[in-house]
Amino acid sequence: MLEKALTGGKKYWAWIIFLLVVIAVGFMAYLRQYNYGLGLTGMSRDVSWGLYIAQFTFLVGVAASAVMLVTPYYLHDFKKFGKMVILGEFLAIAAVIMCILFIFVDVGQPMRILNVLLYPQLHSVMFYDMCVLCGYLVINLVVGWTTLAAERKGTPPPKWVKPIIYLSIPWAFSIHTVTAFLYSGLPGRHFWLAAIMAARFLASAFAAGPSLLIILCLIVRKVSKFDPDPPGVGAIQSLVKIIRYAMIANVFFYVCEVFTAFYSNIPDEMAAFKYVFVGLDGHTSLVPFMWTSAILAFVGIFLLVFPTRKNKVLLPIALLAIFFANWIDKGVVLIIAGFVPNSFDRVTEYFPTSNEISIVLGVYAIGFLIVTILYKVAISVREEKAQ
Amino acid sequence: MSINRRQFLRRAGVVTALGLGGSFVINGISGKKDVVAASEYAPSTQGLKANHWAMVVDMSKFKTEDDFKRVIESCVSIHNIPDFGNPKDEIKWIWEDDYEHTFSGGDNEYLTEDFKKLPFMIMCNHCENPPCVKACPTGATFKRPDGIVDMDFHRCIGCRFCMGACPFGARSFNYRDPRPFIKKIDTDYPTRTPGVVEKCIFCVERLADGLMPACVEASKGGLIFGDLDDPNSEVRKIISTQYTVRRKTELGTQPSVYYLVGGGDHA
Repeated sequence: MLEKALTGGKKYWAWIIFLLVVIAVGFMAYLRQYNYGLGLTGMSRDVSWGLYIAQFTFLVGVAASAVMLVTPYYLHDFKKFGKMVILGEFLAIAAVIMCILFIFVDVGQPMRILNVLLYPQLHSVMFYDMCVLCGYLVINLVVGWTTLAAERKGTPPPKWVKPIIYLSIPWAFSIHTVTAFLYSGLPGRHFWLAAIMAARFLASAFAAGPSLLIILCLIVRKVSKFDPDPPGVGAIQSLVKIIRYAMIANVFFYVCEVFTAFYSNIPDEMAAFKYVFVGLDGHTSLVPFMWTSAILAFVGIFLLVFPTRKNKVLLPIALLAIFFANWIDKGVVLIIAGFVPNSFDRVTEYFPTSNEISIVLGVYAIGFLIVTILYKVAISVREEKAQ
Repeated sequence: MSINRRQFLRRAGVVTALGLGGSFVINGISGKKDVVAASEYAPSTQGLKANHWAMVVDMSKFKTEDDFKRVIESCVSIHNIPDFGNPKDEIKWIWEDDYEHTFSGGDNEYLTEDFKKLPFMIMCNHCENPPCVKACPTGATFKRPDGIVDMDFHRCIGCRFCMGACPFGARSFNYRDPRPFIKKIDTDYPTRTPGVVEKCIFCVERLADGLMPACVEASKGGLIFGDLDDPNSEVRKIISTQYTVRRKTELGTQPSVYYLVGGGDHA
């Protein structure tokens, strides 16, 4: 089926070439980092994780969010998602591959990365994270590919794939839960040390991931003859309801955290929140980001609660608002602010370098390339069937 | 004479079996030799041993800037610690910070500035429940039976999970090649590659040779090192009878570095 990605119009190839150029720039930047060391990034002794790990964290959520289509469609026989579910699974594949790449570019000794398998440490959350992420990638590859191949032949998917589909549901929850446990189990980092972390991760993922998926569906509808949500089906509006409630839950969980920190008045609990909302000891680099995120979150919820969600212009704006609110919260602020203040109650700020940003963009371009190719295959199969 | 494929395989099998058997025989004969070779890697008999190594920092002995410098320099020079000249890439095993930041959280606003700025000696706490060991995905950071949290620089993949896990800021990462920034390379200790984490290891290489940690030796009695499980050891006597404090005990990591404050002669 992969050969279908090799035929396309001018615009398709222009897009592919654009992505390849961004990947090439990112790869060159990575070679520089590989030769010099991670000192080429903005990371430091005090802020030892930066944009790479933050993107990893955010994208695990995007990957997990496929379950918001898989569960209704396969478990509850919710037929509306029939045409969209494959796009969700393919998005998950691209997201997990990006996660693995972000880990890879973040480690200081990439050639030793297999030590994680050679000397597995059962007490390290990172070991389990690796297991669940790789497992999730395999599950989605198998499920996505076999169901699409069956559809192409016009047969129902083989029986053996059903249990794997059901397995993918708890597995999706596990990947983001384990990722949250990476942070929430560390004793000295008060910003992360919260029981609600895993729950908030899942809520924000189920808002941001499907938002991205709907935007991709709207693009698919524009650039191809295949409509993931044909008139009268209402798949997108059903997914919008899921996004809306997930985002409200996410904001509610956040408010719970802020309440606990400030009503208890414990300095360590409050410090990072002060840093992100008003600045700490004169350091305010994250303040504009956090307020942008907060405003976008409320704008997005507002637009999705009221009938504005059915407006063709306002819906994409609302979805972009929710997506970027979550991206800033998880893909920028959460990881960096976890290191502020440091173990000595001092503030060290982090500013990513241009080399680091090139690598981040390169990895995202790889992700977009994978999405493009997989979607092209799926769309071609569907267009073929329609004829 | 020609042989067919089947014959060839049969003969090859016989030869292989003989060869394997032969190697068993040879191993059997030289078995003793292997044991001898292995014993060359056994722990040396002159090494210092303990059930739980611990350190007492007697702050009354750290009076002048030189007291700190001498101790820090003794560590830097034998462990090939680089000096990059910037805090972003900085590598520290043992260093100095003030009271206010070392014991952050317990501050008393009425303390005089002099008191807040009192210098303290800081190093890895060699916790009994080390969060860094729990976090490490490869076992590159591990706790030895004698309580020392040691590191294998050659296994570390540089994921820096341990740096996130350590509540004491005791760990440094080689953000760039340290070798050009080492003042004088000591060939008795390995230099590090870029991309690995490092920290104080209580001089395990010196303990194995029967020597006290370098900082202890250089401190002129300011640092006392011994077995916390031995009721007659000096560290145990100080810790059980005098007022000592540890950093962030509320986190439950059980640091093995105790600060004797309020001074006086401990002996």
